[in-house]
Amino acid sequence: MSSKETMGKTLTVAFLLCVVCSIIVAGSVVALKPIQQANKALNLKANILAAAGLLKAGASKEEIEQGFSSIEPRLVDLDTGLYVEPSVVGKDAALAYDQRRAAKDPKLSQSIVGSEDIAGIKRRVNVAKVYLVKNGESVETIILPVSGYGLWSTLHGFLALENDANTVVGFGFYEHAETPGLGGEVDNPNWKGLWPGKKVYDLDKGDEPKLEVVKGSVDRSRDDADYKVDGLSGATLTSRGVSNLIQYWTGEHGFQKFLNRLRKEA
Amino acid sequence: MSETTAKQVLFEPIFSNNPIALQILGICSALAVTTSMELSVVMGLAVCIVTALSNFAVSLIRSQIPSSIRIIVQMTIIATLVIVVDQVLRAYAYEISKQLSVFVGLIITNCIVMGRAEAFAMQNSPGMSFIDGIGNGLGYAVILVFVAFFRELLGSGKLFGIEILATVNDGGWYVPNGMLLLPPSAFFIIGLFIWALRGWKKEQVEAPDYKMSAHSVKEAF
Repeated sequence: MSSKETMGKTLTVAFLLCVVCSIIVAGSVVALKPIQQANKALNLKANILAAAGLLKAGASKEEIEQGFSSIEPRLVDLDTGLYVEPSVVGKDAALAYDQRRAAKDPKLSQSIVGSEDIAGIKRRVNVAKVYLVKNGESVETIILPVSGYGLWSTLHGFLALENDANTVVGFGFYEHAETPGLGGEVDNPNWKGLWPGKKVYDLDKGDEPKLEVVKGSVDRSRDDADYKVDGLSGATLTSRGVSNLIQYWTGEHGFQKFLNRLRKEA
Repeated sequence: MSETTAKQVLFEPIFSNNPIALQILGICSALAVTTSMELSVVMGLAVCIVTALSNFAVSLIRSQIPSSIRIIVQMTIIATLVIVVDQVLRAYAYEISKQLSVFVGLIITNCIVMGRAEAFAMQNSPGMSFIDGIGNGLGYAVILVFVAFFRELLGSGKLFGIEILATVNDGGWYVPNGMLLLPPSAFFIIGLFIWALRGWKKEQVEAPDYKMSAHSVKEAF
């Protein structure tokens, strides 16, 4: 208990330790970043394919890249529902447009009034990036990016619709930080399996989005069972968040105009 | 303590002085990640590496650490190593790191790592501490893999994702026991494991905290 217990010694040890540790942490983060970003990009593509039901289980990197090459990214102006050129957002190609970054850019996005912000995303992009699966010239599947606040985190995912711009093909999130085992069950394949075949709009009654997540399970004998999905047990707030984000992104501030236009043209 | 050999230090924690079974440390992550063999092996490996390296680093500077800040020094070293391990997993085992999610980060709070740094590395040489870290990491991993074996096999009919028992959902005969995929089942399995271990190694049975007095017969009625 001699020299090493002095104030100076304590401060020196603490300081040196912090320097060494921060160099190690910073070094590993910087050195591994390129590989991590490549993983993330590949994961995003795999999720787009999965939403469209085009992903085989255990697909390799090459298969994902190949499958993704048949998907055409397009940019859509959410206020008019029309396609726009990549130059509108200052990019050469639609694929290069980063919608999530644009949502933070005041030039490329607008803030949402509180009462309209049911998805809890605060800002919405002016131009969204959708993905089209094409068979020749005709569109087969429309894949829409969706996001919204759950319980702890913003969930980011894709909603894929058939070419009637109404029937769900698939739905899934590629990024979220909900509680594993509760809200995290949004990744559960069984739950995701409830979505295909559901309808977003009741077109006989107009173009208001109808699809929602209900608490408990859906009464399948009722007429409106097509517009309802079972909630996740133990994850009421995450389920509500998912319901809200679907409502928002298929509603008038989301892709409603775009989907209406596609239906008219089809 | 002075007589311990490297071999003892390495193998003692696996059965004789297992961190989970005898010291009941690190239970929380053992419940969370043992739904599949693959996750358990990766988690066990990660804990092994972190414990070994943190023990080594703490032991290396043990004569310099002022005792007033020794816990925070150990913590900083452990946290650094855990972040590095997490980053490496994200880069090279993306799918697994996504499934392990927060539990890699939570190695920081795994009592085994901190416990060994404080109890062993502060008093022993770097080489011995490193081996002690490996041993305790292995002790943890052994339990994880043991629990995961039952949970994955009986819970989803698979081992390492390969189908062993054909489940009903896939057209087979085996009805998977869903409870084994839920965290409480790990408690049961760990409990049974501890029971079996103490049946085999009697010296691990703890002395009772108190003695029940015998029934007394009252005579005056």
